[in-house]
Amino acid sequence: MEYSEKVMDHFMNPRNMGEIPDATVSGTVGNPVCGDIMKIDLKIENDIITDAKFKTFGCGSAIATSSMATELVIGKNTLDALDISNKAVAEALDGLPAVKLHCSVLAEQAIKKALKGYFEAEGRMTPELAEKFKILNEDEDEEDSADEHGCCLHE
Amino acid sequence: MKEEQKVVTRQADGNKRIYFDHAATTAIHPEVMAVLTDALENNYGNPSSFYKEGNVAARAMNKAREKIAELLDVKAEEIFFTSGGTESDNWAIKGAAQAQKKKGKHLITSTIEHHAVLHSMEALEKDGYEITYLEVDSDGLVRPDDLRKAIRPDTILVSIMYANNEIGTIQPIKELGEICQEHKVLFHSDAVQALGAVPLRPKDLGVDLMSFSGHKLYGPKGIGILYKRKGARIAQFIDGGAQERKQRGGTENVPSMIALAKAVEIAYSDMEGEAQRQIRLRDRLINEIPKVVSHAKLNGHPSTRLPNNVNFSFEFIEGESILLLLDAYGYACSSGSACTSASLDPSHVLLAIGLPHEVAHGSLRISLGRENTDADVDRFLKDLPKVIQRLRDMSPLYEDYKNNKIEALIPHEGGNSLVRKGGYGI
Repeated sequence: MEYSEKVMDHFMNPRNMGEIPDATVSGTVGNPVCGDIMKIDLKIENDIITDAKFKTFGCGSAIATSSMATELVIGKNTLDALDISNKAVAEALDGLPAVKLHCSVLAEQAIKKALKGYFEAEGRMTPELAEKFKILNEDEDEEDSADEHGCCLHE
Repeated sequence: MKEEQKVVTRQADGNKRIYFDHAATTAIHPEVMAVLTDALENNYGNPSSFYKEGNVAARAMNKAREKIAELLDVKAEEIFFTSGGTESDNWAIKGAAQAQKKKGKHLITSTIEHHAVLHSMEALEKDGYEITYLEVDSDGLVRPDDLRKAIRPDTILVSIMYANNEIGTIQPIKELGEICQEHKVLFHSDAVQALGAVPLRPKDLGVDLMSFSGHKLYGPKGIGILYKRKGARIAQFIDGGAQERKQRGGTENVPSMIALAKAVEIAYSDMEGEAQRQIRLRDRLINEIPKVVSHAKLNGHPSTRLPNNVNFSFEFIEGESILLLLDAYGYACSSGSACTSASLDPSHVLLAIGLPHEVAHGSLRISLGRENTDADVDRFLKDLPKVIQRLRDMSPLYEDYKNNKIEALIPHEGGNSLVRKGGYGI
């Protein structure tokens, strides 16, 4: 199996790896049993994401998608950041092998998990906005299947 | 040759590439290559034909068969050439099931077999056969008593591998063979990883069927052997012409047979010395890796293992990313991580020896070969800690460990056992 040059570049030279000590919000998704955990810290000032950092336990594409996700999210306002899809992350990396697409799903989930905390803390969560976080419920389903089958099948 | 088809022998940084994946496949030995190209040119005849070209090929083929039989101390008519280890395993298992089904429909194997065996067994299960999977201990050993207890009057075949391809553990084949003989049950052993690595005489081991592959011992791909003891009854698997004593149809791959005989001959010419040399390199890695990397667990038996096999789990990180970084540093290795398989599940072997998923995901297999030296091991021991630390610095699990949020599963000083059996529980 071969990754695109972009994936390898983000794996070998990850952008924004680390933590933000005074992060506004943080989102952690995945499960060690499944072999990938992604944690994304966001610094939000005046509703703009001014900084993002990640830490990831996982394969090459998990690290590359985390890195790319932080690049995509920095500079965006919080509502625009909600429109970053797993497809956009994968496309920005010039594509992922089919068996690795779940890594981009994880990246979208990590961003949304962090932003969910932000909108809730701000008291801005509406039923309409909640729709945008639907992908996080898929995560819960996966954890159920992890218990049953011993490992996740994110697809 | 096109540029992208060439094997890169040096890295951009000038360092030579180090091939540490001989359990996956080996580069063809130059002498085997010479024999193979000569045979492709000169032994193209069909051995079944009644003219000179055919006779020349038939004679060369017989010589190859006799050479291999002599080295394994078996009869030439007990050596059947196949397309490789996978076909040999399929033939032995499905052929035995087919031929013996009047006696019974029960087979016994272990949980750590190669997929060629496990998936053959699963195919039989769908066909109404019953399979008992023997569990292994934490070193990967089958317990002979478990086999004794599992054998029933309707048991028709026992299939236990000689040495495991992932963790290297060598099974007590002779003891298992004696139990099968006592109970008059056919015994098959997948010895793909063992041929040429350790002395091996099917007659002494009490096996009826044994699978071998060419490309694991510097021979060509697409050629293997099924040893079938005279009198062992299994059905034929590939229907066709009268080749291989009417047991395996298809025009013989004569050049590869000749090349395989050469590869076995070379392996046997210095087996003892080469095994000792590799054991020394192996034990250097086994002893020194835990000194340069914390939380490193050796997988497989500490001493009853293949001379070339080293398998470690490194906690808090994932195997595929270890492989990718090692590749960038110039090493070709392998992992039992889920991410290197298509199934998204970590290695069934690592789970069978009791590793939690978290630990199985972070595994690395190094399989040594003829061309590896002390200098390779020295360089690896310098580079490995950099690779592991770099990935741990990225890992939220390692951060949780440092902040005392989770307890380590592998002791800091490493070793062959876990601190506790379960996972992190998070």
